Amino acid sequence: MAAKQRQQLSNSNFWTENLRLTVGVTMASSFGRLMSGRGAAALLAGLGAGTMATGFLGSENGSLVAEAKKKLYPPSSDFPDLRKHNNCMASALSPAIYAKLRDKLTPNNWTLDQCIQTGVDNPGHPFIKTVGCVAGDEESYEVFAELFDPVIKDRHNGYDPRTMTHPTDLDASKITNGMFDEKYVLSSRVRTGRSIRGLSLPPACSRAERREVERVVVTALAGLKGDLAGRYYGLGDMTEKEQQQLIDDHFLFDKPVSPLLTCAFMARDWPDARGIWHNNEKTFLIWVNEEDHTRVISMEKGGNMQRVFERFCRGLKQVEQLIQERGWEFMWNERLGYILTCPSNLGTGLRAGVHVRLPHLSQDARFSKILDNLRLQKRGTGGVDTAAVGDTFDISNNDRLGKSEVELVQLLVDGVNFLIECEKKLEKGQDIAVPDPVAQFKK
Amino acid sequence: MPFGNSHNQVKMRFSSDEEFPDLLAHNNHMAKVLTPDMYARLRNKETSSGFTLDDVIQTGVDNPGHPFIMTVGCVAGDEETYEVFKDLLDPVIEDRHGGYKPTDKHKTDLNPENLQGGDDLDSNYVLSSRVRTGRSIRGFCLPPHCSRGERRAIEQLSIQALDSLEGDLKGKYYALKNMTEEEQQQLIDDHFLFDKPVSPLLLASGMARDWPDGRGIWHNDNKTFLVWVNEEDHLRVISMQKGGNMREVFTRFCTGLTKIEELFKERGHEFMWNEHLGYVLTCPSNLGTGLRAGVHVKLPNLSKHEKFGEVLKRLRLQKRGTGGVDTAAVGGVFDISNADRLGFSEVELVQMVVDGVNLLVSMEKCLEAGEGIDDLMPEQK
Repeated sequence: MAAKQRQQLSNSNFWTENLRLTVGVTMASSFGRLMSGRGAAALLAGLGAGTMATGFLGSENGSLVAEAKKKLYPPSSDFPDLRKHNNCMASALSPAIYAKLRDKLTPNNWTLDQCIQTGVDNPGHPFIKTVGCVAGDEESYEVFAELFDPVIKDRHNGYDPRTMTHPTDLDASKITNGMFDEKYVLSSRVRTGRSIRGLSLPPACSRAERREVERVVVTALAGLKGDLAGRYYGLGDMTEKEQQQLIDDHFLFDKPVSPLLTCAFMARDWPDARGIWHNNEKTFLIWVNEEDHTRVISMEKGGNMQRVFERFCRGLKQVEQLIQERGWEFMWNERLGYILTCPSNLGTGLRAGVHVRLPHLSQDARFSKILDNLRLQKRGTGGVDTAAVGDTFDISNNDRLGKSEVELVQLLVDGVNFLIECEKKLEKGQDIAVPDPVAQFKK
Repeated sequence: MPFGNSHNQVKMRFSSDEEFPDLLAHNNHMAKVLTPDMYARLRNKETSSGFTLDDVIQTGVDNPGHPFIMTVGCVAGDEETYEVFKDLLDPVIEDRHGGYKPTDKHKTDLNPENLQGGDDLDSNYVLSSRVRTGRSIRGFCLPPHCSRGERRAIEQLSIQALDSLEGDLKGKYYALKNMTEEEQQQLIDDHFLFDKPVSPLLLASGMARDWPDGRGIWHNDNKTFLVWVNEEDHLRVISMQKGGNMREVFTRFCTGLTKIEELFKERGHEFMWNEHLGYVLTCPSNLGTGLRAGVHVKLPNLSKHEKFGEVLKRLRLQKRGTGGVDTAAVGGVFDISNADRLGFSEVELVQMVVDGVNLLVSMEKCLEAGEGIDDLMPEQK
């Protein structure tokens, strides 16, 4: 374990001891005043804790109250009403699972209720199935595995974290045919996310933790050289001019307005410790402390996905090296790959995509089926939840977990090349064929 | 929830300076009062239900405020919050409530007989009269912090109590999550329905969690007495009717509230109240009486007069648009209500509104007749 993390643990023990003493004294005085007011007897009787009156001068008071409350409100009284809900969490969460997990804590003291709040607050859409739960830390996926495992299986086409392993492969040289016809492909982009091990994720992190993420990442990025050399813009400190430039470059991210994110506590303390880093060439971009610790984006105009992915892999590896030099690492394990806030982004967290013109193909009735079989999805060019403008689409990989980065990018490359071939055929009045479905993971 | 005491312990790994919020761009009562020293002293404290300092201030950190409007920027998660975090909340209360000291006592007076007049505000000008307040049920956590189980228990207790009301107070409960389309439309038409909060001030404090679970609206058959359950407070109680008979509105208000309190006591519960803070509510701005008594009144001439603001100030009244807080006036019709909540009794505040509105209407009539209002200018109350 890194020196820094060892130091943090010993600090934590010191503070925990201090806290118990402080809390005990504080609570005895204030709790005493509460208990001596009107209705004290009724309240105590109501809590069903006859022994509390004798126990309350001790430092165990907090846990006594918590215990009494658990008896008064068993898990069944707290179980959320999910009858109108259509998200992965609501499909997976039974009263039995809730009862088992409600009183558990991760080592960072994150709870199940906090994981599922976003899914309780956002019933979802009859046609779009959102995930409905988030992780507060790396351990959430373990401590609450009974909920997260079925959610992951549902979202990731049957991937079973209990039995399967996820392959990681960031060797860009393996990609073939990664140069698209630029008569059709306007731009190419690859994005993913990375989390810093040892620090809580955006739903749960304290201000100090978030600032620590910013420090760790910005320090590392300052070490990038050559075509990756760049600059950091803290959201809270940027000038009007810098802000306008970032907007014009389509780099600036704003405070989340989607209730899916705000109900997951991710927007707290905005814009503290949030920012954008990009290289001088504006082809490699990192968002700090938005929906994940980091979002990493490689992009450029035109169809050179090969180069975009090469830069992506190189940049990621260099950043990883730079943080390791200081005793930090990314959250990763072989069950789930790279650990991110939303279960939908586990594994590779990778979305590789292009903006591509498909005027004929997009009018063809078989378009959706072709995309499905190629394991691709279409979005409007404004990103998720936008409609296509004209005949230009954002086409990207559907999957995140169970296939490596190289596999997913190759799928995207092969798929887009196929779509372009279809477009060319239709231009010439030739017919096209729907391809066979791509294989799912090896069982 | 939202984060609670166990999560607080984990934050102790970091120093107070590392955790202290950036309040440089902020203009709310919390930001004015909270210093790094105070943060350091209070940050390891918690109420016995686990509400922490960061829980108290999160809404103020997330909402820097407006250069001209001073929001409060902190909330309570339970009754004990006002004790455990008094170092922060006492100065906030003092600043918000006109110099109310930690040693001051608050008088409660819900006897409508003590009100003078108020039954004949000129209904050519006064379109409607309304009195609202809030109540919290002792022993339960407040909306920013309560669990689903607690919120449902509050709802059940409230339904039981309200279902026992009789006479002109007899009515019905509509749970937000069960209501039919028809019921919903009727409640909208009656201007009774409240919606999921959209204000970031409320959302950032955790009050909208689990919406619409445990929330609902009760009103009497006459539609003059209305109770909101589990919106911004456990209960919001409203008495209202068209026209200028504020006295009748206030009488029904007091009778209803007193009756509801009795019904809760019969079931072994009471309202949160103490002699320093009066009725305890989620937002420090609503402590004391939690009372806003107001009218919708036509003041097209007076509202354009340069002394309008000064008059209101001296009368201890505030103006809003007829859509409520944060709305603009439409067609010269204003919502005029008492500015104070704490340090004056209910009767005193309603008296201020009655006397003040009578004066405003006189001034309006003067201006209509082409006369000046200088000799009608009131003293500062």
